[in-house]
Amino acid sequence: MAANSSSPRVGVFVCHCGSNIAGTVDVEKVAKEISKMEGVAYAGTYIYMCSDPGQKLMRETIEKEKLDRVVVAACSPTLHEKTFRVNSKNAGLNPYQCEIANIREHCSWVHEDKAKATEKAIKITKSIVEKVKNDISLNDIEVPIIKNAVVIGGGVSGIQAALDIANGGYKTYLIERDSSIGGKMAKLSETFPTLDCSQCILTPKMVEAANHPNIELLTYSELEGISGYVGNFKVKIKKKPTSVNWNLCTGCGDCYSKCPVKVPSEFQEGLSKRTAIYTPFPQAVPNKPVIDRENCLYYTKGICKICEKFCKLGAIDFDMQEEIIEVDAGAVLVATGYQEYPLENLSDYGGGRYPNVISGLKFERLLSASGPTGGEIVRPSDGKPVKDIVFVQCSGSRDVEEHKPYCSKICCMYTAKHAMLFKHKVHDGNAYVFYIDVRTAGKDYEEFYYRTTEEDHALYTRGKVSKIFEDGNKVVVWGVDTLTGKKVEVKADLAVLAMAIEPSSGINEIKQKLKISLDENGFLKEAHPKLRPVESMTSGIFFAGTAQGPKDIPESVSQAGAAASKVLSMFSSDFLHKEPLICEINEDICSGCGVCITLCPYGALEAEIKTQDGKEVKRSKLNEALCQGCGTCASACPSGAATMKNDESKNMFKMIEVILE
Amino acid sequence: MEDFEPKIIAFLCKWCTYAGADLAGVSRLKFSPNAVPIKVMCSGRVDPSFILDAFAKGADGVLVGGCHPGDCHYAQGNYKTLRRVKLLKMLLKDMGLEEERLRLEWISASEGNKFREVVNDMVVKIKEIGPSPLKMEE
Repeated sequence: MAANSSSPRVGVFVCHCGSNIAGTVDVEKVAKEISKMEGVAYAGTYIYMCSDPGQKLMRETIEKEKLDRVVVAACSPTLHEKTFRVNSKNAGLNPYQCEIANIREHCSWVHEDKAKATEKAIKITKSIVEKVKNDISLNDIEVPIIKNAVVIGGGVSGIQAALDIANGGYKTYLIERDSSIGGKMAKLSETFPTLDCSQCILTPKMVEAANHPNIELLTYSELEGISGYVGNFKVKIKKKPTSVNWNLCTGCGDCYSKCPVKVPSEFQEGLSKRTAIYTPFPQAVPNKPVIDRENCLYYTKGICKICEKFCKLGAIDFDMQEEIIEVDAGAVLVATGYQEYPLENLSDYGGGRYPNVISGLKFERLLSASGPTGGEIVRPSDGKPVKDIVFVQCSGSRDVEEHKPYCSKICCMYTAKHAMLFKHKVHDGNAYVFYIDVRTAGKDYEEFYYRTTEEDHALYTRGKVSKIFEDGNKVVVWGVDTLTGKKVEVKADLAVLAMAIEPSSGINEIKQKLKISLDENGFLKEAHPKLRPVESMTSGIFFAGTAQGPKDIPESVSQAGAAASKVLSMFSSDFLHKEPLICEINEDICSGCGVCITLCPYGALEAEIKTQDGKEVKRSKLNEALCQGCGTCASACPSGAATMKNDESKNMFKMIEVILE
Repeated sequence: MEDFEPKIIAFLCKWCTYAGADLAGVSRLKFSPNAVPIKVMCSGRVDPSFILDAFAKGADGVLVGGCHPGDCHYAQGNYKTLRRVKLLKMLLKDMGLEEERLRLEWISASEGNKFREVVNDMVVKIKEIGPSPLKMEE
């Protein structure tokens, strides 16, 4: 018997999902078995329950059969719980008296034995019917929204997302761990398929973000921690010590022109040196230097301080400490980007051992007019011109055994671009490309590739490279041409490996701090790969760019706009509707022991002194806005006073019972 | 014991293991149908009495699936579960219940294959030891 209704009238709608469910599960049998259950007033099936006619059928049946609660036996609640709850609401029911039995992901898709799958589907559905019978009618909790956003990562995705949110009129904090925004795109020479100079299209956006009245740029900063929940996050940001007071610094450059230390430049991919006090590149935003404490003579040996002597503004501050600031935000957007798979991992290709075997990103710096060679293509080993060049696609990608199983998506196109730009600069040179497949799905991409092969005469060989080794000052590439079946040997001046891309270092830390998930390759896992590609499972946390999966610039920018629009639509109302599936304390039986108080990770429970029968007694009191509904308190309460709404222990016992019948 | 099919109840945390089981589905991985899932908001919601109740009602095995340490959506619910299950295992041992029947596993949203492996492994091991000695007299 239901707890809150004399006789519940449950309607059960079993979905065929085309043949996705009906191919393995006998849906008619499921409906028939369920219809025998006490409290079930209707059980039927339909081919696509989530479609418009399916939803209409549900609404009509609810009215006709006078149903007061609904179970939909279909796919995962992650996908359509909301759809069906809204539909129930439109039919006049309480949305929290509509539940989903997952008989697709958890049943039909993972079993082959039809009889057993059907039996399991019946059990799953029965358990959910038991749950819904005890579900009470609940109303959403309204919580006010703090209309600020935090964007983590200042590459093109983060910049675009921050600009879109800021242009919508909301304060946005843009956090970047390096001293300048710009990300990987700032390192590129020209971009496919238009050959736009990367700097020309990106730097104006960087400046726009820096000067935007609604954007607070927090570079050389990292996410320290986060608490709270959607609409009401408290975000702690660690500002690393730059050792330069940026309020005084004008970015004149007197300091770094005098610094005696020389270390490989990260921005130039090690092709040239930078000083210990430095800006990563001349167009940096903000264009203010930081001191790299690991290499600065003052921090390592206690000597030097030359930069301090030359700074006329007294901006150098060797004693600067890190600072933790806390900002309130309603939404967080993760755009932490990618890094190249380490070259050293491709030892068969001499990755990391031979100076003339380089990664794609390093070649971008060789090509770039703002690169260390001014765009002249030379051998890193001796600075001699390059005549013969070999490009190796899928270096680390699509290699299930050894490296990354996935396709890195951008390498086919950037290799075509590299070969084309090389030929534009070295007319009498030879560009050889080894490929497994060429993937050019994108607007004007195939045409671009066609130009590389037909007009610029890059020589494409279909086959994997087996080995690269040095022979004097040449690199020798051994491969096979799978179309002719012949072995191929190319002696070249330079080999460029189109390295796989992987999520940026630090993604694991971000994941743990934000309580979001990663997929099997370490990229951010979205709430739904097709329908909710820019949202995490945690409400209020959104994604953009290559942190979510390999993608090119147009896609990253589109995704940034999409994620920003999710934030903006959230900020368009003053209140958020929070699910009411939270804890409830029954004061009559609470003994005031305080076990729940110590367990709650959110501090949502506190002790309260009440007067009962003329005596002062201690009771636990719940702060509804803070409770996230995990239920850790309910499973520890010795008197059963702490319960979860629509997830009470007694419901659980009924569910267990029908599963084990 | 050829025809013995173990009955397993799987309490799956919504954020990690339930999503991992979803991924197993999306990836069309095939495995034994013996484990029937019950979704919980957090593995910390799994009251030891749920597990005891399942065994009392004839379950041959109980699986509790939660997030990896450090990944709990609710910060530390899985740590509470870890301690509870450890204590409960000692208690169940005294009741004559084999250790293989209660499993706590950290399975993330990206570990669809791990979910399959765990369920299959549990079924094999429970088939080896036979029906639960705690089954109530029919």
